[in-house]
Amino acid sequence: MTAPVLEATNLSKEFPVHGRGSRGTTVKAVQNANVTLHKGSIVALVGESGSGKTTVARMLALAYPQTAGTIRLNGAEVSHARNAERSYFRQVQLIFQDPFASLNPLHKVRYTLGRALRIHQRTLRGKELEEQTLELLRKVNLTPVEQFIDKFPHELSGGQRQRIVIARALAVRPSVLLGDEPISMLDVSIRLDILNLLAKLRDEEGLALLYITHDIASARYLCDTIQVMYAGQMVEGGPRDSVIQSPKHPYTKLLLDSSPDPGRSLRSGDTGLFDVADDLGEPPNLVDPPSGCQFHPRCPFAMDECRQTFPERTEFPDGQWAHCWLHQKDRGHVLEGKP
Amino acid sequence: MNEVLLEVDGLTVEYLSQTGSVKACADVSFTLHRGQILGVAGESGSGKSTLITALTRLQRPPAVTSAGRLVYHSSDGDKVDLLTLSERQLRAYRWSELAIVLQSAMDCLNPVMRLGDQFEDVLRYHDPQLTQRQAWERAEELVAMVGIGSDRLRSYPHELSGGMRQRSLIALALACDPDLIVMDEPTTAVDVVMQRQILAQLLQLQDRLGFAVVFVTHDLSLLLELADQIAIMYGGRIVELGSAREIYTAPKHPYTRGLRDSFPPLHGELTTMRGIPGSPPDLRTPPSGCAFHPRCADRLDACDQQIPLLRPVGRNDVACLLYEETP
Repeated sequence: MTAPVLEATNLSKEFPVHGRGSRGTTVKAVQNANVTLHKGSIVALVGESGSGKTTVARMLALAYPQTAGTIRLNGAEVSHARNAERSYFRQVQLIFQDPFASLNPLHKVRYTLGRALRIHQRTLRGKELEEQTLELLRKVNLTPVEQFIDKFPHELSGGQRQRIVIARALAVRPSVLLGDEPISMLDVSIRLDILNLLAKLRDEEGLALLYITHDIASARYLCDTIQVMYAGQMVEGGPRDSVIQSPKHPYTKLLLDSSPDPGRSLRSGDTGLFDVADDLGEPPNLVDPPSGCQFHPRCPFAMDECRQTFPERTEFPDGQWAHCWLHQKDRGHVLEGKP
Repeated sequence: MNEVLLEVDGLTVEYLSQTGSVKACADVSFTLHRGQILGVAGESGSGKSTLITALTRLQRPPAVTSAGRLVYHSSDGDKVDLLTLSERQLRAYRWSELAIVLQSAMDCLNPVMRLGDQFEDVLRYHDPQLTQRQAWERAEELVAMVGIGSDRLRSYPHELSGGMRQRSLIALALACDPDLIVMDEPTTAVDVVMQRQILAQLLQLQDRLGFAVVFVTHDLSLLLELADQIAIMYGGRIVELGSAREIYTAPKHPYTRGLRDSFPPLHGELTTMRGIPGSPPDLRTPPSGCAFHPRCADRLDACDQQIPLLRPVGRNDVACLLYEETP
């Protein structure tokens, strides 16, 4: 395997809590997260809201410094010095969730894209600038390009706006794109278009992509590798099909069982999705997280070890890994049964 | 089960503005039976939320219901057109016959009242004889039905988690034992695990209490697992109506097919999927004829002139010229 483009090791982030009586307390948003992005491949970061997936993306985009851990771009550790940040942004770009809020409504597409081009290529002017702007629009399939270049954001639909946002990110010819729920604000029928566009950029431009989502079905559609986050910790990861077909962490299994999949129930005739009698629990409060494995209060297989220490990483032959005591204690087989 | 609860006939809702009116719901008709779950799926701007507010008569100007009937069949056999009632008469039906659960639980609960007081408010308004004590006891029963401990009644909404708030809204909707609950994207703001739990509870309660549900969402894959009947809306009209199984296995309308194929599967074979090209119509300037024709791959010549009517095709009702018999 080639060397990773972007690599984050043991990334942690704590946010201080303000207010009376909470001096010194922190929200442990992310703990010891590892992310490795390779050229031409897409990693999905899947998790519920509050699991810390956006915090990971923001740290990777240098929106705020990490509390602990290192980020390496092409092998070199990233510093937060101003000049270093600029050259980092030339390589790593972030796409936000809400295409309605991430474009300036007062500016035409020409300006929005042209500005991104000129910030990183100072001498770009006139005809050449226009040509590169049109080229960007072509890359994101907004054709006929001449029609789109002079539009204001309000004249575009949600899907078209998100394409402009992607085009703007591509203006610097980055090697890494970080997509923070890039499709969740869009209408269902146009989501696939954007996913297909991201897949095309991976294949044609060789981009490394981090795709953050709460929708594990779309992660399966787009990505090569899936990592699952729960309450600020990476609990499982590996090749897409292994994670979906044989999840090794009880949380991943819960997530998969809870995702609607009409094919499953209508094919097999059972309505398993809503056949739950027990309380499935809720994610913990990250100001005062549970000890040990954070999932243990909700886990049907919780053991004494789970309440005390966070389990080591267990590696599986095909590259899948999980942080779960079941595998450390050789009890992985209990995951095979019904929840 | 086969008793009719609500007949919607030709319901049309328009938003009036100085530059003309926008038809957000046009000629919507369906019949809801007792104890049935009707799912309504559509994209943003398809008129599904407008339909909800029209069904419950909660719409405010500039929205105006300009045509149609909304015949409600009470359990004692009375039939009444909800659209002809005055606000005062309507009050007898609200909450005790039809209740509503909205998307954003935080906006639906009063932030400065304890949860229990909000239950008491509703219960004692609808039954003035009830003492405060009885009301709180009933409130305890109600929240217990959705798996919330009675100690939580003393909490303020901000002290509850998102899932708990949404569940307490469902409990609140059940307060006066309604026959129909209208739900507008009730689980969009919660995570899939919580969504599964809330809906599992809803189905158990529905099984026990026998109310009917109109469930509106953009998530067709969820409806396919949840609903008995599904109505697909596009551009303010119902374009297809059928059982969940038929909609999934044999969708007739090109839009339904496209929408179904817009959800990547979690299991089974993975192929490149296309979604639906183009974007949903702007109802201020609706396309002529069938609203879907600019995006439709199976377009006929007449599609931009004639608005197709909903008519039975196989086991579904479909509004598409492809299935109109040529005389």
